[in-house]
Amino acid sequence: MKLDKDFVNGLKAGIPIALGYLSVSFAFGITASNGGLPAWINGLISLTNLTSAGQVAGVQLILEKAPIISIAITTFIINIRYMLMSLSLVQKMGKDMTLKRRLLISYGITDEIFAVASQQKGIITHKFMYGLILLPVIGWVSGTLIGSFAGNILPMDLVAALSVAIYGMFIAIIVPPCKQSFACMFVVIISIAISCLLYYIPIFKSISNWSIIICAVIAAGIGALLFPKKADEDMEDNPE
Amino acid sequence: MDYTRILISIFIMAALTYIIRMVPMVFFKKKIKNIYIKSFLDYVPYAVLGAMTFPEILYSTSSMIAGGIALAVALLLAFFKKGLLTVSLSATAAAYITQKVIDYIIK
Repeated sequence: MKLDKDFVNGLKAGIPIALGYLSVSFAFGITASNGGLPAWINGLISLTNLTSAGQVAGVQLILEKAPIISIAITTFIINIRYMLMSLSLVQKMGKDMTLKRRLLISYGITDEIFAVASQQKGIITHKFMYGLILLPVIGWVSGTLIGSFAGNILPMDLVAALSVAIYGMFIAIIVPPCKQSFACMFVVIISIAISCLLYYIPIFKSISNWSIIICAVIAAGIGALLFPKKADEDMEDNPE
Repeated sequence: MDYTRILISIFIMAALTYIIRMVPMVFFKKKIKNIYIKSFLDYVPYAVLGAMTFPEILYSTSSMIAGGIALAVALLLAFFKKGLLTVSLSATAAAYITQKVIDYIIK
């Protein structure tokens, strides 16, 4: 059997995400099992939710025996950013996207998968998305299970170093378009500045779950107002 | 342990998260023509990435020095357009080695 090229490219692009997820979900597994949840519950949460901040907050609330409505509202607020990401991604999808494929791909829209998918040149195919989603899901669920069963199998300094993998990947995505386009660099710098303000100024701690969406809306908003792109101009498609 | 309550909670979290992701994907198929909205959506990924990376990268490993070195290595390699996996693994290796060196010096 010959594997589809788009699918393989998706798998490759998913490796750094999977590595990053392994270490993040490992930490999630440890936290959740320390709180008293069994490994199969933690694995189930990771498999069905596939989101970091939302799960951590959800598990905290479950352990505190919080009312279900509070769990629902928290999940909604923390994850509402995915709506913006899906909306942005759907703009790049081709005509091959049937309803079934859209329903499947929707499951795998995370911050990182969205980020990698959106920097693909041209149209995004469903096979690329399947490949891109597969390894991160495996990494996310298996990291959770490993963390739940035995938090001390992997040496801690390796786990700590692995958690930088995902940020390294982000930087590899951001830097090249910033070299080409001043507008892109401007948006990134504004976003970083707001992110740092929210991170370092104590009064903003209470809205830290909103940080990504606040940064995205303000920075991309200012960028769009100051540097609207002409009809068919697309910075990712510029020849190098 | 009250598994019914826990499983209901997990189901609600999963369903809400899925619906949030699925609604724009399934119901919003039209290409956006307005250049401001289109530009906004094009800039969103870069803004999201910047916000996710900074300042978190500095605190993601066991020390800020290791995080800082990893950041420097990633920026340098990315500047020369190395691939995602190369940049990512080099940054990880840089963080790991830096931490080992720091541990060695402190001991």
